[in-house]
Amino acid sequence: MELFRDVQIDWLGKKWYFLGFSLIFSVAGVLSLLFWHGLPQDVDFRGGTVVRVKFDQQPNVDHIRAAADKAGLKDIRIQSITGGQATSNEVIISLAQSANETSLDQGRATILQTLEANYAHTGAGTGKVDLDNVGQATLAEWLAQKDPEHLGASDVTQQHYAQQAAAIFNYRNARGGLVDSIDTLAGVTTPAVLAELKQDAYLSGFTIRNVEIVGPQVGAQLKKQALLATLYSLAGMLVYLWFRFELIYGVAAVVAVFHDTLITVGAFSLADKEISLTVIAAILTLVGYSMNDTIVVFDRIRENLRLTRREPLADIVNRSINQTLSRTVLTSGLTFLTVLSLYLFGGEVLHGFSFALVVGILIGTYSSIAVAAPMLVAYQEWRQGRGKAAVLPAAKKARV
Amino acid sequence: MRKNLTQKTILIFAVLIVFIFGIFGIPKGVSGTALKQSILDRIHLGLDLKGGTHLILQVMTDEAVNFAATNDAAHIQTDLQQNGITVGSVVPDSAHPETIVIAGAPADRAGDIRTVLSQHYGNQYDISSGANNTFTLAMKPSAIADLKKSTMDHSIEVIRQRVDSLGVSEPVIQEYNLGSDQILVELPGVDDPARVKDVIQSTARLEIHEVQGGPWPDEQAALQALGATVPYDSILLHTAPGASAPGSGNQVYQIKRAAEVAGTDIRDAQANRNQNTNEPEVVFYLTTAAGNHFADFTAANKGKSLCIVLDNKIQEVATIRDQIRDTGTISGGGINEQQAKDLSMLLRTGALPASIHYLQESTVGPSLGADSIRQGVLASVVGMLAVMIFMLIYYRGSGINADLALFLNLVILLGFMGYTGSVLTLPGIAGVILTIGMGVDSNVLIFERIREELRAGKSPAAAVDQGFGHAWTTIIDTHVTTIVSAAILFIFGTGPVRGFAVTLTFGLLANLFTAVFVSRVIFDSHLNKKQRGEALSI
Repeated sequence: MELFRDVQIDWLGKKWYFLGFSLIFSVAGVLSLLFWHGLPQDVDFRGGTVVRVKFDQQPNVDHIRAAADKAGLKDIRIQSITGGQATSNEVIISLAQSANETSLDQGRATILQTLEANYAHTGAGTGKVDLDNVGQATLAEWLAQKDPEHLGASDVTQQHYAQQAAAIFNYRNARGGLVDSIDTLAGVTTPAVLAELKQDAYLSGFTIRNVEIVGPQVGAQLKKQALLATLYSLAGMLVYLWFRFELIYGVAAVVAVFHDTLITVGAFSLADKEISLTVIAAILTLVGYSMNDTIVVFDRIRENLRLTRREPLADIVNRSINQTLSRTVLTSGLTFLTVLSLYLFGGEVLHGFSFALVVGILIGTYSSIAVAAPMLVAYQEWRQGRGKAAVLPAAKKARV
Repeated sequence: MRKNLTQKTILIFAVLIVFIFGIFGIPKGVSGTALKQSILDRIHLGLDLKGGTHLILQVMTDEAVNFAATNDAAHIQTDLQQNGITVGSVVPDSAHPETIVIAGAPADRAGDIRTVLSQHYGNQYDISSGANNTFTLAMKPSAIADLKKSTMDHSIEVIRQRVDSLGVSEPVIQEYNLGSDQILVELPGVDDPARVKDVIQSTARLEIHEVQGGPWPDEQAALQALGATVPYDSILLHTAPGASAPGSGNQVYQIKRAAEVAGTDIRDAQANRNQNTNEPEVVFYLTTAAGNHFADFTAANKGKSLCIVLDNKIQEVATIRDQIRDTGTISGGGINEQQAKDLSMLLRTGALPASIHYLQESTVGPSLGADSIRQGVLASVVGMLAVMIFMLIYYRGSGINADLALFLNLVILLGFMGYTGSVLTLPGIAGVILTIGMGVDSNVLIFERIREELRAGKSPAAAVDQGFGHAWTTIIDTHVTTIVSAAILFIFGTGPVRGFAVTLTFGLLANLFTAVFVSRVIFDSHLNKKQRGEALSI
C-alpha cells in the first residue's frame, strides 16, 4: 500500500495561503492571550489551592458554592470534570493564592470542613471514622485501638489490623476511592472488623483525590524555570542546526518551531485550558519533534541543491518537499495516532499534555512544509534582491 | 550473497533476555499477580501513580546566620573580658544581623581589641573600626555561604531522621535546586500529610540558655521588676503550655540572649531513669567544642538555672547541680517518663538549625494514582496496537519486522527502567507511548527509502542495504533533536516531568538499537531465505 507516489504539488506557489493560515491562527492566539482568556495557568504556576473531590453521585456545584460562600471562602472556582468518562462525578475546587506562605494550609482545611459539614450524610459523629477519606495508616491505628477481634495489644495485633486496613484500602482504590456501602466490605475483611466498621464508621460520599497547594514563591520559581527551559530548548536546536547545516537553516527551523509553540500556546488560550508543568514538557518535546520533519526536508533540499545547481531554488524546494512528503505524513501520522490514543484514553490528569501534543504535532508537520522551507526561499530572494549571490550552500556529501 | 547472522541473532536474544530480566527479575510465580508484583519490585512508581505527598520546604537560613552572629557577639564579650577589656555593648546590628557592632570600646585599648578580634574572629569576619570608639565585624560572604550550606545539610539530615522515625518507606529528602535553600520531600504512600507535616515542622530550634531572672506572671510584671528596660544581652521569653518549670501556667523568664548550647551542639540524647531517685531524666551528649564551652560555663554557674527553649518558648527550667562536660542530665521540675522520652527525641533529632516554612504541597490520593495507571496502560496498549496494525497494513511483510522491533524497543525501555531504578510517573507513561510513536518513525524512514531504491530498480538486497545506509544520518538527527529537548526537561523539570524525560530518552536510545540493528538482522535473515529475484514484501 502506498499513499503518496510521484506527488507534484507546487507548495511554494501556495505560500500566500500558508502565510494567511499561519497568520490567522497566530494572531487569533495572540489576541486571545492579550485580550480574551489570557494565559490560563495551572496551579503550579499561578499558585493557590486546588482540591479535587470525587462524589458518589452527580455533585451539585451550586450547592458546594453556596456552602463555600457561607464558610467565607473568597474567589472560589468550582469546575466539573468532563472528558474521558462522561460522568466522573468529580469537581475541582480552586482557591486563589494566599498572600504569604504561612496560611497555605488554611484553604484546604476550610474546604474539607465545608464538604464534611454538607455531605457527610449518614452517621457522621465524633470519634467515628470516615471510610471514604481515612488514610491507611490512620485506619490501621484506629482498628488496632478498637481491637474488635480482642487480640490484645501486641505487634502481631498491629500487623493483623494493618493487613485489614490494607485490604479495605485496596478495595476502595479499585473503586475509584469510594466505598458503595459498608456491607460490601463483607468479603474483604473479617466479620468482627466489619461489625466494628458498621458501628463506628460511616461513608461521607465524597473522597479527596488530589490536593495541590502552591505558594507564591514556588509559583514564580516554576514560571521562570519553564520559560528558561523553553528558551534553552530553542537555542539548543538553533545551535544543532547551525552545526549540521548553515545558520540560515537553523534560523528558518527555529522560526518554524517558534511558530508551532506560539500557535500551541494560543490554542490553550483560545480553548481556555490551563498550562501546567506537564504541558510545558509537551511543548518542549514538540520543539524537538517538529524539528525532525524540518531536518528531513532540509536534508533533501541540500542534497538536491548539490545535484542541480542551475534549477531555481523554489523548484528544488518543491521537489524536496514532495519527495519527503510520504515520510513526513506517515511518521507524523503514526505519532499522531499514539498521541490521539493518549488524548482519548489517557485520563483527565494528562489531558492538557495530550492536547498540546495533538495540536502541536499537526501544526509542527504543517510548519516544516509551509513555514521553514518557504523561509529559505524568501531569504534567498531577499539576498538576490540586494544584488548578492545565492548563499544556500550545497551539501558536502549526499544525505537522505 | 548470504550473510552469516548467527552471532547477531544470539546478541539480540541475549539483549532480550537481559532486559526481560530487568523488567521481572526472577519471577516469584507465573500467575498474574506474582508477575505484577515482580514488575512492581523492579520498576518504581512515582508519587503520581502510587499516591503520596510531595513537599517543598524553605529553610530560613538567614536565621542560622543571625543566631551565629548573636552567639559570636556573646563570645566576643567573654573573650574581651578575659583580656581585661570591658566594652559598652556587643550586639548584632538590627538592620544587618550578620554584622556585630562593638560600642563604647576604651580608646586606649583599641590596639588590644583589634588583636583579640583578629586572632579569634579574623577567619569569619571582616573587622573594621569606626568613629566614637566602635568596632564593626561583618561576616565574610564565604563564611555566610558555608554557614548556609551546613545549615541546609544539617536540616536535611534532621528531617530524614524524623521521617524515618515515622516509618515512611522510601522517602526522598534532598536539596531542591530550583530555589535557594529549599528542600524537596517526597513521601510515598502518605495520604494523610497533616500528620507528617506537623512532625517535620513542629520542632524548629532548640537551645539551652542561662536563666537570669523570673519567673513573673506576665511581661509587664517582668518589666516592672527589671526597671522598665530589659538589658541588651538578655531577652524575655514565655513558657510553653505544659512546660516543666517551677510555678504553673504561662510565665515569663528573663534569659541570656546568647545560647550556651545551640541545637546543633547536641550529638545525642537518651531518656533514662536516675539511678538514685528513679526519676525520669534526659541524658544528653554535646559535641566536643560545645562540651568544652559548656563545662566552663556550668562549673562557674552551679546552682543557677538553665532553660531549654524550643520555638522561642521555654520548655523546661532546671537547676545546674554538677559541672557538665560533654554529657549531662536534665531532670528537675518532676518531668514524667513520656516528657523525658519526647525531650530526648527532640534533642536527638529536633534541633533543626533554622526554622522551616512550607512552600508547596501536592498530595495524590491512591485512588487517583490507581486510575492513572489504568488509563495510562489502556492508552499505551491502544496506541501501540493502532501503530502495529497500521504498519502491518501499510508495509505488509515488513510490517511484521517493524512490529517486532517496536516490541523489543518496549522491552528494552522497561528493562532499562528496572535496571537503573528510574521512577515511572504518569507523564513517564506518556513518554512510553510517545516512544512507540516516534520509534516507529525510524522504521518508516528506512522502509520509505527501501521502497524508493526498489522503484529505482535495485535488487531487494541492495535496496535494503541502501535504505539502511541512507536513513542512518536522518535517524541520528531526529534522535538528537528530541533527546536535546528531553535533556533540558530533565535538567529543569521535577518529579513527574523528569519521569517523562527519562522514559523518552531511554526509549529513543533503545530505538537506535531496535530500529536499525535488529530490524536489519530480520531483513537479512529474511533475504537469506529468499530465492534470488523474489520480491520483498514492503
